[in-house]
Amino acid sequence: MSARPAALSAPERLPEPAPRRRRAPARERRATAAPYLFLAPAMLLFTLFLAVPIGYTVYLSVRGTKVSGLGLGKGARREIFTGLDNYTAAIGDGELWAGWLRVLGYGLLVLAVMLTLALLFALLLDSARVRLARFSRVAIFLPYAVPGVAATLLWGFLYLPSLSPIRQVLDVDLLGTGTVMVSMANIAVWGGVGFNMLVLYTALRAVPSSYYEAARIDGASEVQIALRIKVPILLPAIILTTVFSIIATVQVFTEPTALRPLTNTISSTWSPLMKVYRDAFVTGDLYSAAATSIVIAVISLVLSFGFLRVVRDRAYGEG
Amino acid sequence: MAATTVPGRTAAPRASRAGAVVPTAILLLGALYCLLPVSWVVVAATKSKAELFSTSTFVPGTGLLSNIADLAAYRDGVFWLWLANTVLYAGGGALLSTAVSTVSGYALAKYAFPGRNLIFTVLIGGVLVPAVVLAIPQYLLFSSFGLADTYWSVLLPQILSPYGVYLARIYAAAAVPDALLEAARIDGAGHWLLMRKVALPLMLPGMVTIFLFQFTAIWNNFLLPFIMLGDDAKFPLTVGLYTLLAAGANQPALYNLIITGTLISLVPLVALFLTMQRHWRTDLAGGALKS
Repeated sequence: MSARPAALSAPERLPEPAPRRRRAPARERRATAAPYLFLAPAMLLFTLFLAVPIGYTVYLSVRGTKVSGLGLGKGARREIFTGLDNYTAAIGDGELWAGWLRVLGYGLLVLAVMLTLALLFALLLDSARVRLARFSRVAIFLPYAVPGVAATLLWGFLYLPSLSPIRQVLDVDLLGTGTVMVSMANIAVWGGVGFNMLVLYTALRAVPSSYYEAARIDGASEVQIALRIKVPILLPAIILTTVFSIIATVQVFTEPTALRPLTNTISSTWSPLMKVYRDAFVTGDLYSAAATSIVIAVISLVLSFGFLRVVRDRAYGEG
Repeated sequence: MAATTVPGRTAAPRASRAGAVVPTAILLLGALYCLLPVSWVVVAATKSKAELFSTSTFVPGTGLLSNIADLAAYRDGVFWLWLANTVLYAGGGALLSTAVSTVSGYALAKYAFPGRNLIFTVLIGGVLVPAVVLAIPQYLLFSSFGLADTYWSVLLPQILSPYGVYLARIYAAAAVPDALLEAARIDGAGHWLLMRKVALPLMLPGMVTIFLFQFTAIWNNFLLPFIMLGDDAKFPLTVGLYTLLAAGANQPALYNLIITGTLISLVPLVALFLTMQRHWRTDLAGGALKS
């Protein structure tokens, strides 16, 4: 049916049917509406909940109002076209830049620590020498099942001076101005390391061990095999996990929002998305919130697009 | 050679005894780090108000039942409503999402048609759009149809899952042999029948994985319900717990409620996670990595 044979050799489940042809000849693949019908629900949802909202955001971002009202709902009474004013305001907004700087520091910390740990754990799990591997694997993946809000509450209480067992060992204010970013990054690393480890570990398990045998016979150590053979094989999976992590990090919202009630070191505009939320729903300035959203989207896209291209080229050989 | 070189991952040759200590220790440290907050909340939830601040951190207390009773009594049992809402959002949303993803992934993997790559790229590209870019206009659009602050406003936007479509395509490509479809087609099966009777049964393990991922994603989602909902009777657990924290952060007397609520909110997902482990592990993007 497919234009090309499926890129992945599926396990042969059935006796080979009589015709020995490997693929359907072109003449049998007549144009049909079937794939479009199968894709219709997804495309409809895409249109309603992605395309239209994005279009609406772009529309709002070039509008403005002179009288500050609630602005919610259909009330477009005093709405005017303002061109790129909202964008210039967003780009010149020092508060937003401060937010970007915080998220940049936070993001680099999270990405570096989380992905390094995930790769290390995956390689160790795959190395055959480890005891209690199953227990460790399940335990490290467990935080994935913990909602971000719950994770933030858990760690938040562990950071609180009155409850913290950490504070009994380490005399630092974990929610202070200097440390709150590290504390927050810790929550994200804790929640994400297991998922990324699992993606990488699954990738390693799919590699036939014959790949490593030649190297072993040649006397390569496990560390050499890990660095020279396994890491290159993992590259597409590493890129994939990096893209998903970048996207999640740029959008950080839940952790700082849920941590705020416990400390006064997190402002209501700590991350760019928190500022968007405040503009839209607290101060009611939808137009500047829309423009800021678009700026965030563009930055996300620029950061991820290169990665995604590589992922598409390397991971979906059939595409 | 064939007899002696058993695949490396089962054989643990001589050197391993000494070499196993450091890797095992590193992994156990990782496990400890990941289990610490969870075990803390399990212990803390058993402590009464007085015990929470007085007894040593990891010594269990005597207050679990009264904590649960307090939580159940909080605002006429609104907590149980949050739990039921979360089950509804996550269960219903994940079922619909799995159906949409599977059908899309099957069509993308097994049909060649003009626009296939474009549609795939567009659907997958959805993953790149920051949630807030969508959430604000989604809120405005829902509210202009009078649907903001309803169950629909949380359910509908979470049905389309780019990651689900991606997994379904990979899985369909790997698990549904072209030859089998071809054979069924020669026997006269139409497109619908081919999908329902041939492809879907083969894709079932993949569908379980997609369901689990989407269930978890919706269960854990905070931003969308936080923006959409105003009426706390419709809140899911994440938003409910947040409001509980926002109300109780300055009142240590409420900490027990928050801690117990957090613990209870973890139980269903952790149970699902531990019982369905096979599906989390083996099917996760498995196809993508073989190609």
